[in-house]
Amino acid sequence: MTVNAQLRWRKFVSNFMLTMTGLCALVAVSVLFFILGYLVYHGGTSINWDFFTKLPAPVGENGGGMANAIVGSAKLLMLATLFGVPIGFFGAIYLAEFSGSNVAFVVRYAADLLNGVPSIVIGIFAYSIAVQPFKHFSTYAGGFALGVMMIPITLRSTEQFLLGVPRALREGAMALGASKWKTISTVVVPAAYRGILTAILLAFARVAGETAPLLFTALGNRYWSQGWNEPTASLPVMIYNYAIGPFEDWHRQAWAAGLVLLALILVINIVARAILSRGISVPRS
Amino acid sequence: MVTTSTTLPSAGPVSGSRSFFAGLRDGDEIARLITFLFAATVVLITLLIVYMLWRNSVLPRHKFGFAFLRTSTWDPNFDQFGALPFIFGTLVTSALSLLIAVPLGIGAAIFLAELAPARLSDTLEFFIDLLAAVPSVIYGLLGIFIVVPIMRDVIQPALKNTLGFLPLFKGPAFGIGFLTAGVVLAIMVIPYIISVSREVLLSVPRDQREAALALGSTRWESTWKVVVPFARTGIMGSIFLALARALGETMAVTMVIGNTPSISASLFSPGDSIASVVANQFTEATGELYTQSLIELGLVLFLLTFILNGLARLLIVATSQRGSAHA
Amino acid sequence: MKRITAIFLVTLGLGAFFVARAVLSINGAGASFPEPIYSKWFDEYHKKDPNIQINYQSIGSGGGIKQVTEGTVDFGASDGPMNDDQLKAFQDKHGFPILHFPTVLGAAVPTYNIPGVSAELNFTPEALAGIFLGKITKWNDPTIASANSGVNLPGNDILVVHRSDGSGTTYIWTDYLSKVSDEWKTKVGKNTSVNWPTGLGGNKNEGVAGLVKQTPNSIGYVELIYAIKNNMPFGKVKNSSGTFIKADLASVTAAAAGAAKDMPDDFRVSITNAPGKTAYPISSFTWLLIPSKFSDASKRDAIKGFVKWMLADGQNDTESLAYSKLPKEVVAKEISALDKVQ
Repeated sequence: MTVNAQLRWRKFVSNFMLTMTGLCALVAVSVLFFILGYLVYHGGTSINWDFFTKLPAPVGENGGGMANAIVGSAKLLMLATLFGVPIGFFGAIYLAEFSGSNVAFVVRYAADLLNGVPSIVIGIFAYSIAVQPFKHFSTYAGGFALGVMMIPITLRSTEQFLLGVPRALREGAMALGASKWKTISTVVVPAAYRGILTAILLAFARVAGETAPLLFTALGNRYWSQGWNEPTASLPVMIYNYAIGPFEDWHRQAWAAGLVLLALILVINIVARAILSRGISVPRS
Repeated sequence: MVTTSTTLPSAGPVSGSRSFFAGLRDGDEIARLITFLFAATVVLITLLIVYMLWRNSVLPRHKFGFAFLRTSTWDPNFDQFGALPFIFGTLVTSALSLLIAVPLGIGAAIFLAELAPARLSDTLEFFIDLLAAVPSVIYGLLGIFIVVPIMRDVIQPALKNTLGFLPLFKGPAFGIGFLTAGVVLAIMVIPYIISVSREVLLSVPRDQREAALALGSTRWESTWKVVVPFARTGIMGSIFLALARALGETMAVTMVIGNTPSISASLFSPGDSIASVVANQFTEATGELYTQSLIELGLVLFLLTFILNGLARLLIVATSQRGSAHA
Repeated sequence: MKRITAIFLVTLGLGAFFVARAVLSINGAGASFPEPIYSKWFDEYHKKDPNIQINYQSIGSGGGIKQVTEGTVDFGASDGPMNDDQLKAFQDKHGFPILHFPTVLGAAVPTYNIPGVSAELNFTPEALAGIFLGKITKWNDPTIASANSGVNLPGNDILVVHRSDGSGTTYIWTDYLSKVSDEWKTKVGKNTSVNWPTGLGGNKNEGVAGLVKQTPNSIGYVELIYAIKNNMPFGKVKNSSGTFIKADLASVTAAAAGAAKDMPDDFRVSITNAPGKTAYPISSFTWLLIPSKFSDASKRDAIKGFVKWMLADGQNDTESLAYSKLPKEVVAKEISALDKVQ
C-alpha cells in the first residue's frame, strides 16, 4: 500500500472507531434516560404530599405515605457513611502512601472479595454480629451492614485516584520540607478529590438502594422508629415489599419511592460536589 | 495511569534516619499507624465474614463434602443439597453481563473522556452515575416489565431465526432466563465501568497523547494504543468492580432468571444463581441443614470470587510487564 | 475537612432528636399470607390504644419461627404449624414452651391462562397432582378433560408456575398434594420450599401471577385474596366428598368447621382436604406464635389484650379482606388458652 493509501485507511479506521465509541455512549445514555424517564413517569404521577408526610396505611387500603421510610433511610445511610467511608478512605491512604506491596496486595484482595459478597450474605453476617447477640433488630445493625458494603468501593477507587496524582506534585511538596502526612493531607488528597468524591458517591449510591442487607438487620417498621436501637422502615425495603405486593396502590407508591430515592441521591450528589469543590483542582490534562 | 506500587521514594531510609519522636511530632508515624489500622479493619471484616460462613455451614460440609459442588439436586424436603446449578447460573450470567457491558462501557468512557466536550461529558457522567443509584429492586421491576417482554417478543425470536442452529439459542423462549438476567446485569454494571474508566482516562497526562499525535498517529491510534494502555490498570479495576457487582447481585437477577435450578447450554433456559436462591429461600429455611446449606452456598460464592479475582490479578501482572505506566 | 466534620456533627445532633417517646413498641414477624389482615388489626388496635405500637413485618413463615426462637422479635406468625423439632428447639433455648393461636383462615387457588378458554375449570386431585408432577403435560389430557365436559381444551403443553421463594402458600399447596397423591408425598413432599419436578419459579404471589398472566397455557397457584383483588380466573377443586368447590369465604370456613370439633389443645392442625360437603380442600389456618412467658409484663399484657380483641372485634374485619373468620368453637378454646401466657 502506498503511504497515502495507508494514511487514508488509518484515518478511516480512526473515524470509524471513534464513531463507534460515540454509539456506545449513545446506547448507554439512552438506556439511562429511558430508565429515568420510566421512573419519572410512573413515579411522578404517584407522588403527592401525603407520600412525604404520612405513615404507611394499613395493608389493602389506599393512601398513606412513606415518611418513616424516608427518615429511616436517611438515618441508615448516615450511619453507613460514618462507618464505611473513613475505613475505606484512610485505608486507601495507607495503601497508596505508606504500605509495602505485600500488605497492599492482601488488603486489595480482601477489598475485592468483600465487594463480591452478595448483599444477602452481608445481611446474614450483620445479623449474626449485630442482631443475634443483642436480641433485637436495630437501625445500628442496618447501618453497619450498609457501611460494610461501602468499604470496598470507597477503598479501591480512592486508592486508584490517589495513585493517579502525578509524582511531581508530591515531590514538590516534599522538596518544600513538608512531612509525609502534610503532603498527603494538603497536596495529594486535594489533588485527587474529584475522583475520591466520585468513589464515595458511587459507594453511597450503591448502598442507598440495597434491600437484602436491611431485611435481617433493620427489618422494617410501620411506625416511626424511635432512637437508633429499633427496627426502622427504609425506602428500598418498602419498594421491595410494595412492588412485589398485590395492590395497585402499592405499585404506584413503589414507583414513587424509587423516584424519591433517586432524587435524594441526586440532591446529595449535587450538594456534596458543591460544598467540596473548593480546593486545589488539577487542570484536566 | 500509574502502577499498583507506590510511586514515592517513601518510608525506608528517610524515616529511619530521623528520630522516632521527630517522626511523631510530624505525625507521620501516627498517620501510618492509624491508616494501617483502618486498612487492617478491611481485612478483619473480610476474614470475619469467611469465618462466619465457614462456621455456620458445618453440617452440610460434613454431610456432603465436595459432592456439594458437583451435585445438581436441590431438595429441601428430603435434605439433598447440591450447588452445581447455582454455580453455573452465577458464572453464566456474570460472564454474559461483562461480555455486553465491557465493550459498551469502555467505548462510552473513551467517547466521554476523549471526544466529548467537557460540559457534555460532565453532564452525561452525572446522569450515568445516577444509574448506579437506582435500587436493584427497580432494576428487577424494569426487567420484568420491559426487558422480559422485549426479549420474549423481539430479541429471542430474532436470535432463534438467525442463530438458532447454535446450542446457545435453542429451546423454548419465555423471556426470562439466563440471557435476560445477563442483559439486566449488564445495565446495572455499566455505570461502574464508564464512571471509573472515564476518570482514569481523564487523568492520563496530556503529554502522552500529544507525544503520540506528534509522532503522526491518528486520534484513534493515540487513544487506543497509548492512552488506554496507560490507563489499563484503572480500567481493569473498574471491570473488577463490575464483576463483583454482577456476581453478588441478588434482587434484580432473582426477578428475571426463572428460579429453576437447571443447567442448560441454551441461554433462553431459565436458571438460578447463588445470590438469587439464597435471597429467595433464606428467610423461610427451616431446619439447620437447610439453612446451613444456603450459607454454604454463600461460602461457595466467596470462593468463586476469590478464584476469579486471583485469575484477574494474574492477568494484570502478565500484561503490565510490557511497558505500562510507571509514572 | 473541618466543614465535613461540622456537617456530620450537626446531622448527628439532629438525629438525636429522634429520642424514645413513652410508647410501648412490640415487634413481630412471620407469614406474608395474613399480612393484610394483621396490619389492619394492628393499626386498629393502635388507634384504640395509641400507647401500644405493634410492628409486624412479613418475612415469611420460616422467618417468623426462626426469629421468635432467637428472641429477636416478641412474637411470630406462621402459615404452617411448628413441628415437634422446632417446638423442642424453642423450649430448649428459652426454658418454656411456645403457643400457637390461630387467627384467620385462608386458601390457595389454581389460576391459569389458556388462550380461548374463559370457562371456570374443574380440577380433580389427580389432575392437579399429575400436572404439578409433570406427568400430565397437555391441557386436553383425559384426566383434565373428563372433569370439564363442554370445554374445548387445546392440545398445548402445560407450563407450570410455582413459587421460587419459601412460602406458606407453597406449604398449603404441597400439604394438599401430599394428602391426595402418594407419589407426590414420596417424591416431593410438603414444605415451604420443595424440589419442584417441573415448571418455572416466580417470586411471591406477584411473580407467579405475572408469569401466569403473560405466558399462555400456564397454570400456577396463588392466595385467594390475591386472586380476588386482581381479578384472576381460578378453578374449582374437587373436595373429599366429591363436589367441585370454588374457594370463597363460606367454603373455607366450612373446611375449618369440621376441624373445630377435633381441634387439639395446641391448635396445630392441618385442614387441607377436610371433610364436609361444602368444604374447600386447599384451606388452612394461620397462627400467631406467642411465647408462654414474658419477662416484660407490659408487653405480655399488651399482646394478650390484642389477642382478646382480635378474637372478638377483630374477626369482623376479616371478610372484607377475603379472609374467613375462625369458627366459634375455636375462638372459645383460644380465649381459655390465653391464660397460659404468663
